[in-house]
Amino acid sequence: MTDLICIVCPKGCHLQVDEENEYRVTNFGCTRGEAYGKKELTDPTRVLTSVVYIRGAAHPCCPVKTSGAVPKPQIREAMAMLKSVRLDAPVRIGDVVVSDVCSKGIDWVVTKDM
Amino acid sequence: MYDVIIIGCGVVGAATAYELSKYDLSVCVCERSNDVANGATKANSAILHAGFDCPIGSLEARLNVEGVKLAKEICEKLDVERREIPTFVLAFDDREMGEIKSLYERGLANGVPGVRIIEAEEALRLEPGLNPNLKAALYAPSSAIVNPWEYAIAMAETAVRNGTEVKLCSAVTAIEKMMDGAFKVATETGIFEAKYVINAAGAFSADVYALVGGNDLRQTNFCGQYYVLDKSQGNIINSVVFPCPDEHGFKGVLISPTVHGNLIVGPDSYEVENGDCVATVSPMLEELKNQGHRSVPGIDFSQIIHEYAGVRPNTQIPDFIIEESKLCPHFINLAGIKSPGLSSAPAIAVEAADILRNCGLVLKRKKEFIDSRRRIKFRELSSDQKQNIITKNPLYGRVICRCETVTEGEIVEAIHRPISPRTIDAIKRRCNAGMGRCQGGFCGPRVHEILARELNVSPKNILMDEQGSFLLTSPIKEADDLDT
Amino acid sequence: MTLTLEYDIVVVGGGPAGLAAACAAKENGAKRVLILERDSEAGGILNQCIHNGFGLHYFKEELTGPEYASRFIKKAHQLGVEIKLDTMVLSIEGKTICAVNATEGLMEIRAGAVVLAMGCRERTRGAIAIPGDRPAGIFTAGTAQRYINVEGWMVGKRVVILGSGDIGLIMARRMTLEGAKVLACIELCPYSNGLNRNIVQCLNDYNIPLFLSHTITRIIGKHRVEQVIISEVGTDKKPIPGTEIAIDCDTVLLSVGLIPENELTRAAGIPIDSRTNGALVYENMETEVPGVFSCGNVVHVHDLVDFVTAESQRAGKAAAEYAKSTEKVESFRILSIKNGRKVNYTVPQMIRREKVDKTVDVFFRVNNVYSGGTIRVLDGITELCHFNREHLAPGEMEKITIPAVLLDKVSGDELTVELAVREEMKQ
Repeated sequence: MTDLICIVCPKGCHLQVDEENEYRVTNFGCTRGEAYGKKELTDPTRVLTSVVYIRGAAHPCCPVKTSGAVPKPQIREAMAMLKSVRLDAPVRIGDVVVSDVCSKGIDWVVTKDM
Repeated sequence: MYDVIIIGCGVVGAATAYELSKYDLSVCVCERSNDVANGATKANSAILHAGFDCPIGSLEARLNVEGVKLAKEICEKLDVERREIPTFVLAFDDREMGEIKSLYERGLANGVPGVRIIEAEEALRLEPGLNPNLKAALYAPSSAIVNPWEYAIAMAETAVRNGTEVKLCSAVTAIEKMMDGAFKVATETGIFEAKYVINAAGAFSADVYALVGGNDLRQTNFCGQYYVLDKSQGNIINSVVFPCPDEHGFKGVLISPTVHGNLIVGPDSYEVENGDCVATVSPMLEELKNQGHRSVPGIDFSQIIHEYAGVRPNTQIPDFIIEESKLCPHFINLAGIKSPGLSSAPAIAVEAADILRNCGLVLKRKKEFIDSRRRIKFRELSSDQKQNIITKNPLYGRVICRCETVTEGEIVEAIHRPISPRTIDAIKRRCNAGMGRCQGGFCGPRVHEILARELNVSPKNILMDEQGSFLLTSPIKEADDLDT
Repeated sequence: MTLTLEYDIVVVGGGPAGLAAACAAKENGAKRVLILERDSEAGGILNQCIHNGFGLHYFKEELTGPEYASRFIKKAHQLGVEIKLDTMVLSIEGKTICAVNATEGLMEIRAGAVVLAMGCRERTRGAIAIPGDRPAGIFTAGTAQRYINVEGWMVGKRVVILGSGDIGLIMARRMTLEGAKVLACIELCPYSNGLNRNIVQCLNDYNIPLFLSHTITRIIGKHRVEQVIISEVGTDKKPIPGTEIAIDCDTVLLSVGLIPENELTRAAGIPIDSRTNGALVYENMETEVPGVFSCGNVVHVHDLVDFVTAESQRAGKAAAEYAKSTEKVESFRILSIKNGRKVNYTVPQMIRREKVDKTVDVFFRVNNVYSGGTIRVLDGITELCHFNREHLAPGEMEKITIPAVLLDKVSGDELTVELAVREEMKQ
């Protein structure tokens, strides 16, 4: 039995996940939390946020996020993809900065019009 | 070959440079830090003392009283913030009554104008913020508060505008007396020669004197801490308030408004290793609160915004040491300038000029001497003046420091003054940006950006204050192409 | 000559609070609405909050700070809200605002109604008097966030964070992902004030140790931070001698509290609540000065921007109604709300029965962590209503909704909001 705090929303419900019983989740506040409990112990993923360099904008950094959740073991790899990015203004929210992060069909996308 | 090298550009070195710049002399000031006024000058009580505290007949006593008179004119001419407020020394019992009576006698003997003993009722009427349990107080109306670093900066800038050289990052490492009696002064930025050397090195004056073999001066390093409180506390009193001196003659924890409208409470006194040891230390820091409340019970210590500490430049000799060294002719010590050093500074400078004359240096007045300085303080301008200055220069319309209402125009102007500020704190000392409630939280990155732009350097190279105080380590994402 | 301008509504601050208030004012009939923003873009602090977690309530989506801000900036433009950027408000007198910028110079702006939405500033090292040397490398978390996320510079390599509120936790993760080593998060209280999800995804994910009931007792470093000394603290929050641990580091981030930025409010003579450090407000976010409203972090520090938006929309709507209405002088029955046992403060602090439609929301924070309790609203010793809650903590703003019909039953002119608990402190 593992105690987990759900991170799906700010409520932070204290979940209990039974690994020995098909990862049955108890004490969840909603169905998203129930799904999270099982996933966190079988295939934990995270949505990532960061910035990349941009030229020709008011500030040198453009905020970005992954369009889906990246497997935890591949976080460093996903972050490293941003190192050499140099965007040119203008960019719009949703513009793809790096596609197919960690071969998962997830993209790094722009989160601010600049 | 300079006529004079002054070692140290705190308030004493700056005042001396200013005084000497009135004469046809070539003068160079060697300052070890990367800005002037970075030692005890920026970390004291900011008071131009009335002078009743000094031992009768001492050099301190005479120079204190003369210095504060000179300060009035200098501050007006050079646009340094100064405010005349009286001093109270409180007595709560018979022993303390006796103490303030002897301070009164000293005040009379030292020529302190207007000093008198007043009863509790009159004291409380004049200063309602005092502890109502007091029995009586010494009252001295001739004191003032000043902006201590601006005082030094203004005098140093004026000296430079009149031809003095100020070399920063130039700690003196060796001094050699040459065959013809002149000096070879080795510093971190080069070796310079001068006929006379003036030692104004503050908490390091004994170390500097040792470079010419002077071994009878010993620095006694006593640190003092202060609290700075929010401007909302700045008007709970309108005077400098001292407790009665203790049995050792230590002046005690004072409370005073500052020229910026804040309140300071301090200093305490404890020994440290050397003049660089300006850490604040608990529990002594905490103890300042009790001492403060004893004199002014209404202080709200939840409104603290900052603490600082300074090391007093005392030596084992109780008075100022202002003299040509007997051991080393033409080497002039302005050493042991502890309190009332700030108060005495311009008078010390006049003494130094006299000593040079007695040594044989001819001091001929310059025909043309720039003796005024004006600093634009946007916050204090009238609406029309604000409008005019923005029309002339739009940078005055961009407020960078919200807490103190400091504009980009003022910051840029400061960067292009003599003795250019190159660090965040150097800007703070010249413009007040970062001195307010948020302590640079909002304006810090913006001042940083302006400095990098105006000095044409990478933001990575902008320091907070002294050499080594870097703020940024590297561009994010190890972007070597952006790491200039 | 000072430029004189007139608007129906002037909003001070173009962050999430100001944007929401301005949009709501427009949507409720105000014609000329102006936002005065000191930064070079609207969005306020959201511009540097590049992480997600915003908008789950309001938009039912998880957005990053800039995305959340963008929704309201676009809406403001669509509605015809005017925004003056790089503009600093110097003073407020009644409903006249003195502001300045580089292009228009000094301006005197007369408003039908004013909304104060200045947000807050961070508590500093000086304010909490951490003893020690004065090296570079001590930053408040927000300032570090600005350097990293907006200017593109790392502020350090080996970091200790003081304070486990959300800003500190977010920066722990941010700095780690940018290659710094975050050595510890130090928290004075026996519990963290931040959201649980942030403990997981910012500390646990990166194996960053959390030291509860600890504080930094000394900072060491000649010119740059070299080391901090941390100590355990007792229930009195004072350091326990003998528990010191030295941590070698080059950076200290301070996440030790936010303080509403009410200098303008104070200078304008608008009464401030010492419990919140924000203006005293009525049920519709009006301050004690008629026609001057306030909303967002400048009234009380929020945890979720979604609640800031809701509160600010109320303020904007009320401001629009005030500006339109011809009857400016009205007299009301005022109920003042007192914070009772275990409750630190309430917002609003005063309710005017005649201004309440069907219900009134009262927001508050409790003084400790409780695993269950009942919020009671008292009229003297009589209980007017109560609300059960499962988990309460100082770091989580709570809301109760009082039906207007109950307000009619109140005999006195004071209501008290208190917490009655089943159990005391959380372990």
